[in-house]
Amino acid sequence: MQHQKLRNALQEWGPHAMTTAADQRNLFDSFQGFVHELRAAGLPVSMTENLDAMRAVQHVELDDRESLKAALGATLVKHHGHQKVFETVFDIYFSLLSLGVATGESKDGEADADGNMDQFMAAMDGGGAMGEMSNEELAQMLMQALMNMDQDMLAQLAGAAVSRFAGMEPGRPVGGAYYLYRTLRQLDADGIVDRLLRQAQETGEIGDGAYDERLAREDMEHRVKKLKELIEAEIRRRLVADRGVEAMARTLRKPLPEDVDFMHASRDEMQQLQKSIYPLTRALAARLAQRRRRRNRGQLDFRATVRHSLSYGGVPAEPKFKHPKPSKPEIMVIADISGSVASFARFTLQFVYAMQSEFSKVRSWVFIDGVDEVTRFFEESDEIAEAIHRVNTEADVVWVDGHSDYGHAFEAWHKQFINEVTRKSSIIILGDARNNYHAPQSWTIAEMKMRARKVYWLDPEPTGYWDTGDSIISEYAQHCDGVFECRNLRQLQKFVTAVVDAQ
Amino acid sequence: MRTTEDTFSSVSDVIERLRGVDYLSDAAIAGVVFLAGKLGKPILVEGPAGVGKTELAKCVAEISGAKLIRLQCYEGLDESKALYEWNYKKQLLRIQADREHESDWATVESDIFSEEFLLTRPLLEAIRSTEPVVLLIDEVDRIEIEAEALLLEILSDFQVSIPELGTITAKQRPLVFLTSNNTRELSEALKRRCLYLHVDYPSLEREEEIVRVRVPEIDEALASQVAKVVASIRNLDIKKAPSISETIDWARTLLFLGRNEVTPEVIGETLHVLLKYQGDIAKARKDLGVDGPTHPLGLKRP
Repeated sequence: MQHQKLRNALQEWGPHAMTTAADQRNLFDSFQGFVHELRAAGLPVSMTENLDAMRAVQHVELDDRESLKAALGATLVKHHGHQKVFETVFDIYFSLLSLGVATGESKDGEADADGNMDQFMAAMDGGGAMGEMSNEELAQMLMQALMNMDQDMLAQLAGAAVSRFAGMEPGRPVGGAYYLYRTLRQLDADGIVDRLLRQAQETGEIGDGAYDERLAREDMEHRVKKLKELIEAEIRRRLVADRGVEAMARTLRKPLPEDVDFMHASRDEMQQLQKSIYPLTRALAARLAQRRRRRNRGQLDFRATVRHSLSYGGVPAEPKFKHPKPSKPEIMVIADISGSVASFARFTLQFVYAMQSEFSKVRSWVFIDGVDEVTRFFEESDEIAEAIHRVNTEADVVWVDGHSDYGHAFEAWHKQFINEVTRKSSIIILGDARNNYHAPQSWTIAEMKMRARKVYWLDPEPTGYWDTGDSIISEYAQHCDGVFECRNLRQLQKFVTAVVDAQ
Repeated sequence: MRTTEDTFSSVSDVIERLRGVDYLSDAAIAGVVFLAGKLGKPILVEGPAGVGKTELAKCVAEISGAKLIRLQCYEGLDESKALYEWNYKKQLLRIQADREHESDWATVESDIFSEEFLLTRPLLEAIRSTEPVVLLIDEVDRIEIEAEALLLEILSDFQVSIPELGTITAKQRPLVFLTSNNTRELSEALKRRCLYLHVDYPSLEREEEIVRVRVPEIDEALASQVAKVVASIRNLDIKKAPSISETIDWARTLLFLGRNEVTPEVIGETLHVLLKYQGDIAKARKDLGVDGPTHPLGLKRP
């Protein structure tokens, strides 16, 4: 129905080259499927943007992938952070070349399973002549192509390598990661960089200083990365040919960066998140500063009022006010860094420190069953990442056995630092409150609350898991001003905004 | 209303013509510029500082033979600075001059609220111009979110409503570029009206070409080395990665100092051209394994 509406809005839709109505219909459907998948992946694509995209594709050559991608990207993706998700979906939907025809074929293919299989097997064969080579020859040619950075050759070799090593079986419901891993292991992708370097050194293309080697290594790594991308694209292409676009899109659907769960983030995802910290905090800080400035207007600014009255012929028609500078909050972070929640704690600490300028002072402690102040690490080094590294390696947080003991950690903290808590301090506690059945000592939190401005608790577990097993979050929650589920960047951002606003 | 539909004939046409004015684009940049012409939509260009966002607008103006009108955004920008303002002083003078003739108020009013007393600001100027225009709204992320509303009417309908005069529609549809350094999230309403283009640091190959185009005296080997070292530095975890203009500055510095090869010593001497934070410089030195300058100013006689 929506299709119909869209089509009506666009009336005579169709790229100029398209002649038959059936072709147009197919093409239109595949574009709408694409938009639908973007929405399913979490991208906010509005109706207007959808219309724009449909208009835009009429102006590009459909077999020019880059232009098509640029057209769809410019109209549908308005956040840079969403680019990666867009690219994955794009690759899936438009991996089969000569788009219009391919979508038509796959529709027929669904009705005729054998046809689909034939197509798949044909794809498995790989480029004819390459089938004859031995593995060594293939490896040799690959090295050669990498040395000369021969793109066409690399693409062909990537195809041959996938045919040979991935061991793809039609109809198997796995994602591409497994096949990619198999192919790369057979090719010894990690070793290639070293071999390339050695070869380049032997031929004297690079000098042997540490600096030369570093540059050359980066260069080679860049090339091998390209090869990996080619192989990945090839595998994806074959999987799509085998299983159809929608099934693949579902398998490969990934959360947007802001929705990635801290507790289950892969290393790649975590790195992506790290990269987003700095721009994000900068944006957040700018917004908060603006809001603070505008919220309270202060006393009458006599001078400015008189000056402004000149444009009203001396009548002070528009009073001007001074903007008071509100005091910035002081933040104390107490973070559990035991195994299960460590990545969450590290990330949040990094986030808070990246926002330092928004607070008058930030102090931080980490604990497992003992507690240690780590403010010094952040003060001593300019780099937050370095400080976090020192927190991991140098902080003294083990008291007895290195299993979380919130009760003891809080008690120890209370003994040493409670007198430093003032009405200006906001305390943020990070942890899942899984106390290994030790005594909770929740009176310590009650006392923090009495002295501090606010006490907040951030729990990286989904609310459904709270108070199950050894989690005693409610025990502590009764003394806190707020307990928040904080599983991803979106929730963390929301929390920080709320805290700074509440001051 | 004249449209921008025929400004460019194809994506490769955009690439070629931009190259003609020494701007090296890529498929994504040229593709979006081409579409903007065809669809008559504004382009929102985002990306780190110093990757040529503003330059893109200028070069597009140049190749399409259009006049460039620029609105520099800042906090506190309002209607009277962006759209139009009544010329109070002239109006007052007019009223005083009219006293002697004792004309009635209606005449005076229709008189002083006529085009003669209107001060046009960039947005209105872009719309009223009869010749083709490229409108550049620079650093749009600096204005408050409420002030964005000023732009909405002009971006979607290419018209401005002035209560005393009525609606002024564009005689020709300008090509509009908005740039943002992403210091804050722009409103959905604004983004919806624009095509989105993210310009990032260029690829190794593109940067090498840029250096060769912008510093024509440089030889190929040096340009390639420059691009490689800069790419390597951008990979480090530093506060502010070198921008394209800094790369070009660095290439010029090397030429000026008469260096025709990039060695660790040369990098050590000239790193401050690429990096502007002491912490970044120290970090890059350590990671690249180069020493600091032996001369306090970082310059050694060649």
